[in-house]
Amino acid sequence: MNAIIVSTLLGVIMMFCSWGIKSQQVQKNIALIGLFILIIANLAQSSGWYVVDYDTKGMLTYSIFGLYANTLLFALTFIYVWINGEEIAKINNTSADFYSLFFFILCGISVLTSFDNLLMLFLGIEILSIPLYILTGADKKNMFSNEAALKYFLMGSFSTGILLLGITFIYGATGSFHLTAPVVSISTGFAQEQILLSTGLILLFAAMNFKVSAAPFHFWTPDVYDGAPTVFTSFMATIAKAAGFIAFINVFNTQYKALGYSWTLLLTFVILSTLLVGNIIAVFQRSVKRMLAYSSIAQAGFMLFALYGKSEISNESILLYAVVYSIATIGIFAVLVKMKENSFEAFNGLGKAHPLLAFATTVFLFSLAGIPLTGGFFAKYYMLSALLKAGAGLWLVLVAVVFAAISIYYYFKIIQAMYFTAGVPAINPLPNQYKYQLLTLAILLLVLGVFPNLLLNYLYF
Amino acid sequence: MMLVSFLFLPVLAAILLLFIKNNKTAQWTAIFFSGLTLLVALQMLYTPMIDFNITWLPNLNTRFILHADGLSKILILLNAISFPAIFMATANNDYKNRNVFLSLLLFTQAGLMGVFLAGDALLFYFFWELALIPVYFLCSIWGGEKRVAVTFKFFIYTFLGSLLMLAGILFLNAHTGDHSFLISSFIHANLTGGQQVTAFALFFMAFAIKMPLFPLHTWQPDAYEQSPTAVTMVLSAVMVKMGLYGVIRWLMPLFPVAFMAHTHVVVILSVIGILYASFIAIRQDDIKRLIAYSSIAHIGLMNAALFTHTQIAIQGALIQLFSHGINVLGLWIVADMIEQQTGTRSMQQMGGLAKKQPTLAILLVGFALANIALPLTNSFAGEFLMFTGLFQFNPWMAACAGVSVVLAAIYTLNMVQKVAYGAISEKINTMHSPNKGAQAVLIILLIIVFVTGVYPQPLFSLTADTLQELFVK
Repeated sequence: MNAIIVSTLLGVIMMFCSWGIKSQQVQKNIALIGLFILIIANLAQSSGWYVVDYDTKGMLTYSIFGLYANTLLFALTFIYVWINGEEIAKINNTSADFYSLFFFILCGISVLTSFDNLLMLFLGIEILSIPLYILTGADKKNMFSNEAALKYFLMGSFSTGILLLGITFIYGATGSFHLTAPVVSISTGFAQEQILLSTGLILLFAAMNFKVSAAPFHFWTPDVYDGAPTVFTSFMATIAKAAGFIAFINVFNTQYKALGYSWTLLLTFVILSTLLVGNIIAVFQRSVKRMLAYSSIAQAGFMLFALYGKSEISNESILLYAVVYSIATIGIFAVLVKMKENSFEAFNGLGKAHPLLAFATTVFLFSLAGIPLTGGFFAKYYMLSALLKAGAGLWLVLVAVVFAAISIYYYFKIIQAMYFTAGVPAINPLPNQYKYQLLTLAILLLVLGVFPNLLLNYLYF
Repeated sequence: MMLVSFLFLPVLAAILLLFIKNNKTAQWTAIFFSGLTLLVALQMLYTPMIDFNITWLPNLNTRFILHADGLSKILILLNAISFPAIFMATANNDYKNRNVFLSLLLFTQAGLMGVFLAGDALLFYFFWELALIPVYFLCSIWGGEKRVAVTFKFFIYTFLGSLLMLAGILFLNAHTGDHSFLISSFIHANLTGGQQVTAFALFFMAFAIKMPLFPLHTWQPDAYEQSPTAVTMVLSAVMVKMGLYGVIRWLMPLFPVAFMAHTHVVVILSVIGILYASFIAIRQDDIKRLIAYSSIAHIGLMNAALFTHTQIAIQGALIQLFSHGINVLGLWIVADMIEQQTGTRSMQQMGGLAKKQPTLAILLVGFALANIALPLTNSFAGEFLMFTGLFQFNPWMAACAGVSVVLAAIYTLNMVQKVAYGAISEKINTMHSPNKGAQAVLIILLIIVFVTGVYPQPLFSLTADTLQELFVK
């Protein structure tokens, strides 16, 4: 509750900031302070302090998991703004506008982590998506950015339509928007209602897959990620996507029982095709940015494991994966932003020219690939473990593992360019502070790589 | 606490080295710290070891457990001897950014120590990977012409293997009573026969790739040839032992049924590998490739011995783990000294070493004899026991594998003949007096070869407890 209200207020405040305050640096600092306040407000709710105590009639419920997910996603946004502030300012010289959009997205995220009603799900997704369409088209004079925004908007609206259709069917079958209702009615319902319910759930599933860019609903992802300004791609691929997953889990962790056996079948199909499409196409990319777009599809395949069934660690695993993946992706995009071009060759000789930066990049890539001593290892580990505990077959784990080995191929192409290929990296001049910021991220990943429970213990307070 | 110092000392040295830009100082720092590790290792032989056991990740039920029995000790000793020897022997080689090079090597040492000490499956997996990553950078930066592609093949091969092992670890963890990763609870995991076979296959893939077992060996000769020699020494003296170690420590106790069901398949594959590698070794002209193939043959024999599951063969393999490391290290150092001074690895262009550099030639002959397991050298005891066990297992297998002894004599003596005897070739003629440090190392290694050859009893008593645990239940 606190997060929803405070983020909206902050969004409005940020909107008016660009009137009075012209300095981009000050705008960034205000955004950072705002994020800090937001985190505090959210933490306050966990200890029982409300800005407004309002009865939502069961439309929103607050679990420890939801609140903690909020905290983590806000903290990630904080890191994101802290590192990318200067780059955001370069786009239109009005970073306050973008910051206010971020706050609105965070408002959507707060809804998505706490909804208990399909209408709130719809609202949350829309609040999240519309600012994203704007961010994609933020580079107004760039045709690619415009194209990407239009494409994203059209496809996004279409999937929203499907989402609404699904919700309507579910309502038709159960007479309620409440999440827990369908499971109850399935035992007493008539055959016709069951068909309506299953159709509704499948439509809902398809729409959610679109939002988290899982195959076969992934086609917008590479184009949009490629066309959008790189800083905003970074935000889309990490924080927005993680929120999508948390919403996905909220719906289907209670609902999948209604689909019975076909749920496993459906999900397995989506997971396999996502892993396949993401990993295989990423191998053939020439542009690092597009490679990262496909890699984000591949990583989504891994995150879908958390949906496979409810086990004691599925919540832990999605949070850990989302955080670790986001940190690494924010980091690698932050390096990419400074590159003059997006090709792999641009990284040639980076190891010699900027050893610290290259080291941080290596840690990010190791983490994405899931190599021990980086957070990525435990993220993947938790996912696979959750999968087994939810009763999946060992073969699915083996498939996942083989795809993880394939992912080494495209992640290590950057490492090979940085360290083993001589050349002059095509990189813009970097302030030292920027390097240290990235190094901090890398160290964070290394710490999570040895003690992942630092992050997870808070779930049990 | 002593066990922790095996991890702590190399890592400390590795971190220090990153800040030492001066080549000489860096070299001596590395030698000093690896020497210190060796002292601790020697001390370890005479003191009873207390497990190091602290909580690591309570959520996952995994602990940070270091445990040393005879098997661990003998490999730790080998590891601790190898690194100072390698640092001394390659002190005059020209490596750019020497401090980083040495630092990565020391990280590798720490990883290897961890593998040999870990008493918890997840910890074992952790170290298993960590030993590999510095090697990836070492080979890709300092290696030969085709280094990047070759190392990448090596990396993906072994990484896939270890990921399969990870799947196996997860699978076992799900079937243990207390959901922990301890060896003891893995041993008591509740598995049906079919499940045991699955888990066995997953673990064994990782070990077989690492050894490497025929037909998964294709990464090895290229990787050995393209790596800088210091790294090749680490790879062939210590790192391949990871696979064999894994078989003894994990496969045998964890999956007794599956293990016994697959003895024949694996022994046959090993024997094929032994013969195949020996025949290829005969045809090699490149001295590095010759040693690489000879090493595949020797490792194959050890693996075959393990899979006979006879007490006598495993006893032989346990001490051969150590002896093979010492021998192959000696051979590599000689080969490296020749290559550094003459700039060639082709045996065609060598010849007359005995006249030009008699000391070096004597040392070469010494290690060559050890390589063919002549009596009085250290390999004799081990190989004799392994062949006896193999004979008990199946006389035909023993006969086929026995051919490899003859073949080993052919290629090794052929090498000695080409390199040491004949007229002094142009290349050999350019050699000047060899570096004293390397020579001293070789002499010490040769002393070890003959002392443990004449009196192998200390090695037997060192590994007695492992053997007892495997066979007396």
